[in-house]
Parts: sequence; structure tokens; C-alpha cells
Amino acid sequence: MNRSTHLREEEILIRGARVVDPYTGRDEVRDIAIADGRYVDPASLSSPRIIETDKLVAVPGLSDIHVHLREPGFEYKEDVVTGTHCAARGGFTHVASMPNTNPTTDTPEIVQHLIERAERDGYCEVTPIAAATKGLLGEELSEMGLMHEAGAVAFSDDGRPVESADMMQKAMNYAQRFGARIHSHCEVKSLCKGASMNESQLSTEMGLFGSPKVAEDLMIIRDILLADYYHCPIHICHVSTKTGLELIREAKKRGVAVSAETCPHYFILTEEAVRGYNTHAKMHPPLREEEDRLAVIEALKDGTIDCIVTDHAPHHRDEKDVEFALAANGIIGLETAFPLAYSYLVKTGELSLMELLKLMISKPRAIVHQAERPIEVGGVADLMLFDPEAEFTYSVEESYSKSRNTPFDGWRLHAPTRMTIWRGRISYEAGFGGKD
Amino acid sequence: MAILEKKDLLGLRDTSVSDIRLILDTAFTMRQILDSPSKKTAHLAGKSVVLFFLENSTRTRLSFEFACKYLGANSSNISGSGSSIRKGENLYDTIKTIEVMASDMIVMRHMQSGAPWLIAPQTHCSIINAGDGMNEHPTQALLDMMTMEDKLGKLEGLEVAIIGDALHSRVVRSNIWGLSKMGAKVRVCAPPTMLPRGLDGLPCEVIADVREACEGVDVVMGLRVQLERQKSALFPSVREYAHFFGIDHEAIQAAKENALIMHPGPCNHGVEMPTEIHEHPQSVIHEQVTNGVAIRMAILFLLQARRNALSNDLNGLAALEAAYGFGKGPISNPVEQPKYRR
Repeated sequence: MNRSTHLREEEILIRGARVVDPYTGRDEVRDIAIADGRYVDPASLSSPRIIETDKLVAVPGLSDIHVHLREPGFEYKEDVVTGTHCAARGGFTHVASMPNTNPTTDTPEIVQHLIERAERDGYCEVTPIAAATKGLLGEELSEMGLMHEAGAVAFSDDGRPVESADMMQKAMNYAQRFGARIHSHCEVKSLCKGASMNESQLSTEMGLFGSPKVAEDLMIIRDILLADYYHCPIHICHVSTKTGLELIREAKKRGVAVSAETCPHYFILTEEAVRGYNTHAKMHPPLREEEDRLAVIEALKDGTIDCIVTDHAPHHRDEKDVEFALAANGIIGLETAFPLAYSYLVKTGELSLMELLKLMISKPRAIVHQAERPIEVGGVADLMLFDPEAEFTYSVEESYSKSRNTPFDGWRLHAPTRMTIWRGRISYEAGFGGKD
Repeated sequence: MAILEKKDLLGLRDTSVSDIRLILDTAFTMRQILDSPSKKTAHLAGKSVVLFFLENSTRTRLSFEFACKYLGANSSNISGSGSSIRKGENLYDTIKTIEVMASDMIVMRHMQSGAPWLIAPQTHCSIINAGDGMNEHPTQALLDMMTMEDKLGKLEGLEVAIIGDALHSRVVRSNIWGLSKMGAKVRVCAPPTMLPRGLDGLPCEVIADVREACEGVDVVMGLRVQLERQKSALFPSVREYAHFFGIDHEAIQAAKENALIMHPGPCNHGVEMPTEIHEHPQSVIHEQVTNGVAIRMAILFLLQARRNALSNDLNGLAALEAAYGFGKGPISNPVEQPKYRR
């Protein structure tokens, strides 16, 4: 494997870790041996680096199918190297990047560039999600076939909806020919004019135009109905509303091929976080209300939501430290996603660790057709080690991202990543027991 | 003497009852200066106030300018079109530029809700909000309250009907916060398309019918219909608006005898109310404008008095921390408040 050669390859023996594998369903203490990028029989190692542990948990590398790496075009916010470095620090070995770059990721050349750049200089695998329509304009189909051939795993106009129902059905039908699905950002824009937060009593108190929940729900049901009628799969991005989740739950019951994702902020924060015009809590879709937050947790538990993604959206300080309505939408999230999910879902008893791992490893990989990554001899060694007992304070000043936009700065969280291994190479390593 | 609790006047939502009381009492004193033959005093001698208006204004801007002059302060004007904001300078840099020319107070009108909250923690100057987007217009509500108290002798227990475009109005929001804090009851009436979501969750009652809203009230206040926004089709026509939502004679008759008729201006005659209501004997619309000068004198005076009282450490972060409570570490995952950055 002549790839990611900028990362040191070595033989590794992890002794005594608790191995939790969502692919096999096994949760056991055993040794893990890695050589030549794959899991091997421990007996076959000659002089490995030995990691002795009795407190770390080893799981397959995490997968995030919704990140903005900002390359090409917005390298002042993030690029493939810094973005994947954040990913490695957060325990991820695979991310799918969104196409709202400049130029838009709507040609096979850009798709290829992103993949190669990650292979050459990055810290995890990048499989681009390419534009569904040229320039994300919702007018003409992009070259989905050629981009799929170049390595694109799905198609999306993320950041904006495909407003025309006709264009949406064409995109869904055409993508299906290549085995890919459309990842839909659901929003009826005419209901969201000038909106910068959730529409509610709070938006009224703050004198801001709100984005009503029904704007998201309407587009979710449109996409579900299209998927049902045309027998195409659809993936609903960053679901934030209770009603939207009910619609997806009901569609799944009827057998519609719909999958859905949400982000940590939708099950941890509510619109209250924007009080005081806090632009670090401004995102799209906006933070909603408590009933929605609880509904997201419920949907994570009953399988209505298939995966947790970050929607890692780096923005420069100059785009956040401005008047609220003018501030950019989104927050960075790769470094905090797993600790947040562990702290607010597993520690609180909402989900078992195994259930969380399915939401962050096996299910998202399956949605974008990535090979399984069980921790078994012969398999590709994508792995992360975290400490379930440790707590740490997340400090955004130490982030590997170029940007600093997060509402979670200073939060006390559980389960810091201790090591990430991508194809047998160490892509992130924290000082054991100490500060990284 | 009493001093205000905060370095800035951003909105009445965050202003205490005692500070509102202090401002109103001081304004009645200022009104005496206004009514005296010589209006020149030296309370703010040697102080600089910058009037930074990014939106159009006649009353607010001129009354602040007069207030500065009557108190002896130097005042200067900056507007959107004549400033570097037009060249793309950001708000922070603009405010910092004003600050470092040794300004003491900045009166700011901005089209974006929350803009004063962005700036206040980042400058030593006292910020006075002269209207931010759809959020607050605290000095307007204060002058409204002063006028009510002057004419009716109290605020406690008053019933106030506010009629008009509640969706876009910062005046209605500040009046709801201020009046409810001072013990008055507010009713709001607007076309359904001009009622923001959840308004009835604020301390006010929402009533659909104008006459019903005005029934037995002490004050009928009109809000300006922003005809320039009519392209977003919030009502079918001006005549339909005037017919169903205008303040007419019947509405005034439904109110208490001698109820006050108020309007923050500028008024669209024949839309919010016919000219006959605007110039009705019970109308105090011009009185509101005069009181506006007194209120703004009171605010400038009180904020400067606070600055003088705290001048020992006003140049340091300590005063900012005292005002905003920064630097107190998180207890349990608090959501980040705007910080004193840069």
C-alpha cells in the first residue's frame, strides 16, 4: 500500500484493551496486532511497538459522512490536511466531504484532487460527496457518473435544498443508476427569508427572523414522497425537528429507502444557546427547542436516525465575530463529536457503547458504501483507542482546525481519544494519561 | 446619588426596575432644563458623544444631538453613507476607531438586531442603543413611559393598547419589557401576518380586533406601518389595512375618556390613524418628542455619572468584567457568552 507514506508505519501490539466491535457485536478484552496496515496474528510480529493498557477501549475508526473541508477555495477556514487532522484527533479514520467549495466539487477532477490530497498529506480517508447539480444551482445535473467513477460516494447540494421537485427526482433517479444516493439538506427557503435562528418565542424576544420547523419538515416529507414514488433511496441530512423525525420513522415503517443523520449539537443544545446573540451557536438548520432535542435522542435510540455526523463547518473569526444575522452558519465538530456523544448519550444511559458505535462507524460507512472494518485478522487496521474513564476540558485554542467556531469551548467531557490508527499508521496519538 | 447598574443602555429587557425609575425621575428634572429660558448646562462639559446612525432618523438623532448640546457635551455624527462602513469596514473596527479618539459615549442605531450586544463588551465607551433591527429601542419606550406618567400620574396599573406592525417593531418590544416591569398591562393588536411567533408568551396580551384591544385602555399607541416593506405583501392594500387595523374614532371612543393617543413617529397619515386622530385633543404625539430630549439628557447624564464614579479603573478590564461578569469560570458546561476578544 504505497499511500499515506507521510505517516510512519510500524508494527503495533496493543495489549489488554477492551475491544468493542460493532461489526461482530463482540465486546471482549484481547490483544490487537497490526503490521503492514492490517490486523495480524500477534505471534507473527517481530519487534512491535507495544502499548500496554488495561483501561483503554479499542474500536474501529469512526466515520463522519458530513464534513466541510473547505478545499478548494476556502483554505483560510480549513483544508484537507487540517480538517483530516481534526478528524484523526477525534478518532475518525474516514470522512465524507461536502461539495460547497469554490469551485464547487462538481467535476471528476476536483473529486480526484480531494482523494489524492488526503492520501498524500491527510490524516484519514476522504471520500467526497459531490454536487448533485452543477454549481449547486439546482438547474442542471452534475456529471454524477464520471464523479462516481473518480471516487465520489454520494451527491448533495448541501447548504441549500434542491428546490425544484422535478430536479430532485431527476437527481435521485440518476444517482441511483450509480448506486449512490442524494444527501438532502431539507428546507423550504421561501419560509426562511432573512432567518438566522429557530422561529419561536425566543426569536421574537431577540428581534430576529426565525426559520420555522415546518420549513424543514415540509422538505423532508417531499423528499420521502419522491423517494417512495420513484423507488430511490434518499438520505436526510442533519435532522433537527421532532416532526421531521416522526415523518422519517413513519416512512421507514412503510419501507421507504430513507436514511437520516443528526449532529451532536441537536441532541445536546437548544435555541437557548443563541441568547446574547452568540454566533457560535448559529447553525443551519438552527438549534431547536427542548422537545426537538428529546425527540432526536429518542430517534437515535429507536433507529429512526442511522448515524451521527458532525457537519464540521469551519469559519474564520471575521465571519463569526459580526452582527448575528450576518454571521456564518455552522460550527466545527470533528474533535468533539465522540466525547460529546459519549458524555451525553452513553454516560447518561441513553445508549449503550455498542449502539453508539453503530451510529458512528458501521451505519454511516454503509450509507456511503464503504467496506466493513471489523477488528479481525486480515482486515484493514482502522482503529481508535479512547479512555472511557478520563475526563478532559476541551479548549478550542488547542484545536487542530484553522477555525475556532464552537459552542463547546471549555466544556468538560468524557472519553478523550488516546490514539487513532489509519491503515496501520498512527494518525493521532495523545500523551498517555496526560495532556496531548 | 444612585448610579446605573450597567455601563451601557442596550435594552429594557435587561434593565432593572430601579434603573428605569432612576432614568424617568432624572428625565423629569431634565425636562425643567428644557422648559427654562437658558438651556445650557455644563454637566457633560469636556465629554465626547458620537452619534453613530446606520439607519435614517429624525427624532432620535436630533433629540440626542440637542441633549448633548444642552448638557455641554461635544457631539459628532457618523452615518452609514458617509462613513467607512460603506467601504466595507466592519463594525468592531469602526467602533474601535471612534473609541480611540477619546470618545466617552456612543449612541448607535443599527439595522441588525443585537449589534449593540456585539459591540458593548468590546469597548470602553458606553453604548446607548438608539434602535437595533427589530429588537429594541429603549429610549423610545422610556420617553413613552415618561409621557404616560407625566399625563396620567403613574405607570402602575395602566392599560396600554399598541396597534400595528408588531413583527418588525423594536418599539413594541421595548415597550412590552419596560411597561410590564413598571406594572402596566400591554395589549398588542396587529394583522396576523404582522404578529411574530410566540408574542403572547411575552408579558402582553394579543388581541385580534382593534376596538376590542382599545376597550377601556388608558393609552392607545399606534406603530408605524413600514410601507417600504409592503412588497413582502403582509396586507392586501393600504385601504384594507386602514379599515381593519387603523386607529379610528370608534377605537378612541372604546378607550377610557381622555385616554392618551400616542405614536412613535414617523406617522403614515391615513394608515395607522387618520390625521384627525393624530391631531386629536387627546394626542400627545408632540409631547412625546419633547420628552424624548429629556429622556436622552437623563441617560447621557446618568451613564456619564457612572463613568465618573468608576473612573479609577474604567480603563482596565476590571470595569468590563464588573459590568459583564467575564472571567468567572464555567460551573457546568455553560454556553459561551460573547467575550472581550482581540
